Amino acid sequence: MLKILKYSFFDLMRSRWSYVYFGFYLLLGVVLLFLNNDLSKAVITLMNVIIVLVPLIGTIFGVMYYYNSKEFSELLLAQPLKRSSIFLGQYLGVALSLTMSLILGLGIPFVFYGLFKSNAIWDFSLLLITGTFLTLIFTALAFNIALSNENKIKGFGYAILLWLFLAIIYDGIFLMTLIFFEDYPLDKLSLVGTMLNPIDLSRTLILLKLDISALLGYTGAIFKQFFGTSFGLIVSFIMLIVWVVLPVLRIMFKSKRKDF
Amino acid sequence: MVSIENLHKKFGKNEVLKGVDLNIKSGGIFAVLGPNGSGKTTLIKSVLGMVIPNKGTITVQGENIKKNSSYRHNIDYMPQIANFPSNLKVKELIKMIKDLRNHTNDDQNLIQLFKLEPFLDKKLGNLSGGTKQKVNIVLTFMFDSSLIILDEPTTGLDPISLIRLKELIQTEKKKGKTILITSHIMSFVEEVSDEIVFLLEGKIYFKGTISELKTKTNQPDFEHAIASILSDNNA
Repeated sequence: MLKILKYSFFDLMRSRWSYVYFGFYLLLGVVLLFLNNDLSKAVITLMNVIIVLVPLIGTIFGVMYYYNSKEFSELLLAQPLKRSSIFLGQYLGVALSLTMSLILGLGIPFVFYGLFKSNAIWDFSLLLITGTFLTLIFTALAFNIALSNENKIKGFGYAILLWLFLAIIYDGIFLMTLIFFEDYPLDKLSLVGTMLNPIDLSRTLILLKLDISALLGYTGAIFKQFFGTSFGLIVSFIMLIVWVVLPVLRIMFKSKRKDF
Repeated sequence: MVSIENLHKKFGKNEVLKGVDLNIKSGGIFAVLGPNGSGKTTLIKSVLGMVIPNKGTITVQGENIKKNSSYRHNIDYMPQIANFPSNLKVKELIKMIKDLRNHTNDDQNLIQLFKLEPFLDKKLGNLSGGTKQKVNIVLTFMFDSSLIILDEPTTGLDPISLIRLKELIQTEKKKGKTILITSHIMSFVEEVSDEIVFLLEGKIYFKGTISELKTKTNQPDFEHAIASILSDNNA
């Protein structure tokens, strides 16, 4: 698996898109710091960008890489390699190169601005960790979609729909439910609702850490009340890990049963 | 070498293999023939583990291939259409495959044999179909495996390369290897193969030597023998 990971990773490192992605984050970091002049405020703005953008890039890159490397996969399938190691290797190659673009792109401007001397360092690290989780989750979901759909256009369509659903539509439906059932106790429902969406979960996680009650919203407040800050952090981390593990297991399961 | 028992494979509603039983002994060249869509590639891909059968067992050198990947160390496979990752250079691809399997030094001889030196630094996406096929041949023959599977190996080759390929196949045969070939070029099959396996509508219609086929169909030459099978079965 490590060999496949290595080849996929270097293949992506040579591609133009990794640099575009890296450059975008670099620019974003520099511009935000320039405009805000304050590390903590820049972190909050970044959160809003990362939470929507990282899943989108992860999904698109994942689907695109799978379909583009179809020939490569077929070549590998005839070699004495396990199927799970071929696809997990490719998955990790994509996810790691995206993560690297994210961490380096945002990290470099913040480090130069004096991150290590400021007390925003933990908030910023948490932001990068959440970004990494979101990359791992959405790339894995994208690989799942691509493995289940031979048709490229369909695969892309489903991937975009998935992102749209989790990033935007889900919140809408969630809010509607809360308004509709406002006469009932909704604590448990909103807790579960937050956990079932990795994007909401990441947002709550970061806001819990930043401790900005004004931005927490209803679910965040319940989260905090229910779990307390530190236990809430742990629970949301565990949920994020579950969100990575389940799609990865399905990649292994699905790839073992697929015909090429 | 390879034994296949009661192999069934469906793609959706399309039943491609309907109970194939086949035994291929060690040593010699076997040609798998059949009209388009008769299941040749599916059969070969099942042996390679790329297609997962609905029913039936396949063993390669006594090893059941189900949930197994190490048996492919003994197989060299040349796919039908040479589809390679287009942003890799020829050199890098050869190095990568060597890295993934055992190391070998046979690639240098083969590169010389097929005159591929000028293409080593070019990207695979920029090569012509025939050159890609030559790279395909190098990748297949550079390892010393006891079973070689060639799916339409002659596609796009110029006459000189075709002669070299035939020589290569004969040398490998002399080493006692088993070679499985599919092809639509009847003259090529007649020239190289020891035995043929004829697939028709997902079943084995005939297995034996070419002269046996001629006697069975009462035809003077191989091409007509095949044609008569096809017209008798309305395929």
